Amino acid sequence: MDFLKSLTFNTVNAYHPYTIFPLGDTALTIDFGDQVDEVINRKVLRFFQELKEANFPFIKDIVPAYSTVTVFYDAIGIIQHRPGKVAFEFMAELMEGLAQEPVEEITDTGTLHRVPVCYDDAFGPDSAFIQEQKGITKQELIALHTETTYRVYMIGFLPGFAYMGPVAEKLAVPRKEVPRQQVPAGSVGIAGRQTGIYPLDSPGGWQLIGRTPVPMFNKEDNDPVRLRPGDSIQFYSITADEYAHYQGGAS
Amino acid sequence: MSMRIIKAGLLDTIQDDGRYGYQHLGVNPSGAMDRFSARLANALLGKELQGPVLELHFPAAQILFEEDTVICLTGADFHPVVNNKPIPLHHPVFIPANSLLAFTRHQEGARCYLAVWQQWELKPWLNSYSTNLKAQAGGLHGKCLERYDLIPFQKSSVTWKKAADTQVLPWKANEVVDTRKEIECLIGSEWYQLTPEARESFLEQWFQVTHESDRMGYRLAGKPLEVTRQPPMISAAVSFGTVQLLPNGQLIVLMADHQTTGGYPRLAHVSKAHLPILAQKNAGQVFRFRLVTLEEAEKKIIAQYQYLKQLQLASGARLQEWMAR
Repeated sequence: MDFLKSLTFNTVNAYHPYTIFPLGDTALTIDFGDQVDEVINRKVLRFFQELKEANFPFIKDIVPAYSTVTVFYDAIGIIQHRPGKVAFEFMAELMEGLAQEPVEEITDTGTLHRVPVCYDDAFGPDSAFIQEQKGITKQELIALHTETTYRVYMIGFLPGFAYMGPVAEKLAVPRKEVPRQQVPAGSVGIAGRQTGIYPLDSPGGWQLIGRTPVPMFNKEDNDPVRLRPGDSIQFYSITADEYAHYQGGAS
Repeated sequence: MSMRIIKAGLLDTIQDDGRYGYQHLGVNPSGAMDRFSARLANALLGKELQGPVLELHFPAAQILFEEDTVICLTGADFHPVVNNKPIPLHHPVFIPANSLLAFTRHQEGARCYLAVWQQWELKPWLNSYSTNLKAQAGGLHGKCLERYDLIPFQKSSVTWKKAADTQVLPWKANEVVDTRKEIECLIGSEWYQLTPEARESFLEQWFQVTHESDRMGYRLAGKPLEVTRQPPMISAAVSFGTVQLLPNGQLIVLMADHQTTGGYPRLAHVSKAHLPILAQKNAGQVFRFRLVTLEEAEKKIIAQYQYLKQLQLASGARLQEWMAR
């Protein structure tokens, strides 16, 4: 399969090690390091922002993830303006040019959200399992989950589902072997060193420890999703009574 | 005036060419499963190719048109009838006010598309008319069409000459459901994680579409494929057509309602030009994958687009002519 090799750009230098490869015939992915790492993820978000601001008419969608940025492009538009050239090559060269621009120190500019969570067993059906697995008390579980300020690395899976971390080693548990058919919206879960909030009722395999009354997705809003990659999240514990009477959003 | 659902179908939704620009927020693109047929229905009425159409599965809805209109059906053949008289696919058809469109038999294909000459009075969600069932947004109230639902037509200032009865208009597209069993795909970034035998097996064996196949993805049944090593993959974006390897060695092809990101090895991607062929396959049907280059795949994207664009221009002119006859 030589044609894949010829179309994969490998550029490794001290500042921008990255790989570019096609994702089918109308998208490509730029990978900045294939691992969960804050510095790599900052590069990803920086690249995403620059690309968004450049506002190229032939780019349909830009999807940042942990270490990658995927760009969906309009192959027809590109080929019509660049006959004789494969659209992927045009895009790959463009991305390479952008990725090589020198970058000063990158810092997060995201928002800090304080998100209330009720950790009662009724809302966290896997809490007892984690306590037993890890030999910790409920109080310790809550302390461990609330003491870290998490970083949103990416949004994926569902509209507004934020992948956050890193979760303390003492809380890290694998996904459930058999996913639940229905996880209620607002459920807060753990999968490995990641934590996340289900924005919608959905099937799901994360271990559930609590629930937030703050909506993470509202289709009626012009901006329907509350969290953004690069944001910071601090959870705090509330009682079932406070959950029931909660009004307003995250602060 | 509007079209009214008299009897609900199994899964009938409003879809367009997809909701792009919001995948970074986890909002998946949705859109028609068979984009070619959806665009073709619009093209034959001279409408914007990417505009909204109704995607119907069998058993499909019964629809009452309260106003004179011209419709066009494409894609799967469900034996459509208007007031109990058969009408052809891939032809614009004039139907008089208070006509009932129904579908009587499942002949071939999986999804039928309905375009209507009038514009629907719908509010787009995030710049698209596609129904996103998970977010319950877009389309008509974010849901499958139900009995008594109304899809209102925008008022049109065009005065045109109607016919007395149902009439098949004199132009068409020479299309049938494409039953080819070779689906073209492009190599994926984790292709080389497969053992050499598994790579051969991927290209040689027949895969069967299982019953666990829907708008989100097609699960395939075949001889399990082995990987040389399984480095833990971290989540990254996936696409309509991405062929992922599940932990049990079986494949899933992500379809229109796929989630935005995934963590399974991406072995291949079905080419954009061949996704419509796959989208018309039903559970139980078999096919094989064939690898093509990006250059070949892009040529077919362009060829399809030019064909549809020409058809759209010609059809638009002929419809105007017919309306003013």
